[in-house]
Amino acid sequence: MNFTASGTVGAVFNLNHPAHVVHWHFIQLSVANIVVLAAMLVVFALALVLPFPGAARRRGSGS
Amino acid sequence: MSVVPPSKSSWTARTRERAVDALPPEKLLPDGQPTYVASWIYVFGVATLASLIVIVGSGAILSLKGPAWWHVTGVGHFFNSIHLWAVELFFFTMVIHLWGKYWMAAWRGGRARVWVTGAVTFVVAIPAALTGYVSQQNFDAQWISTQAKDGLNSVGVGAFFDVTDFGQMYSYHVLLLPTAVIALVVAHVLLVRRHGVVPPFTLEAKRLAAQPPPVQEGRATSAADAPPVRHGAPS
Repeated sequence: MNFTASGTVGAVFNLNHPAHVVHWHFIQLSVANIVVLAAMLVVFALALVLPFPGAARRRGSGS
Repeated sequence: MSVVPPSKSSWTARTRERAVDALPPEKLLPDGQPTYVASWIYVFGVATLASLIVIVGSGAILSLKGPAWWHVTGVGHFFNSIHLWAVELFFFTMVIHLWGKYWMAAWRGGRARVWVTGAVTFVVAIPAALTGYVSQQNFDAQWISTQAKDGLNSVGVGAFFDVTDFGQMYSYHVLLLPTAVIALVVAHVLLVRRHGVVPPFTLEAKRLAAQPPPVQEGRATSAADAPPVRHGAPS
């Protein structure tokens, strides 16, 4: 990726400002980190509830 | 032709026998797993391993080419980004795997070392990432190192772990900490092979109720002793 291409991708999000931060008492988190944490929780919940492909067939044939 | 019996005094023979006893080939490279291993949680464990391979590969290229390459050239930027995003993916998938195994109490059935090696890998990976961020040779590295310096000084380790010392941080990042992470991951995978994947609570309770109490004292019974169920076509 050259400078032009990286500049184009970077232009999708305006990064030319200080980071947005959530500050609550002694807890201080950037919005970017909160987004990642929320995504992890969502993916974890999906990993628990979504059926694994072929799992039912394996249980049926394995026992 | 006479056959000389193997000498048990040889350390190589003893090591081999202990290794084969601990991990016979059918346990080291099994062709079947219990059906409860068909779960997304283990996909995240494997994704963590895949991320680590990409991290090591891209990191090796970055270390060969140096800061002038990864800051200035297009290909250098590409590998720099691959390295960064592989680290992001490594932590993302590792923590989801860790959460899953925590709520499954994966230390059950004599699997304490499996759990501990996994959890310690997470702890050791944090300074591995930090030393990478402060080794970038840019303003971001300066900012992170000066912020981290205050924290590390406050807990008394700043005297021998100086995050503003590029040479020391780079050595930690490309040799000491990756060696520790890789060794822990290898140990974790081998321990999983040895002890087997932890069974669900309900299955373990059923098995314990059906089995007589263990004869050998100090040895917990586990699903690892049960014959594996083959995936794939019904048998």
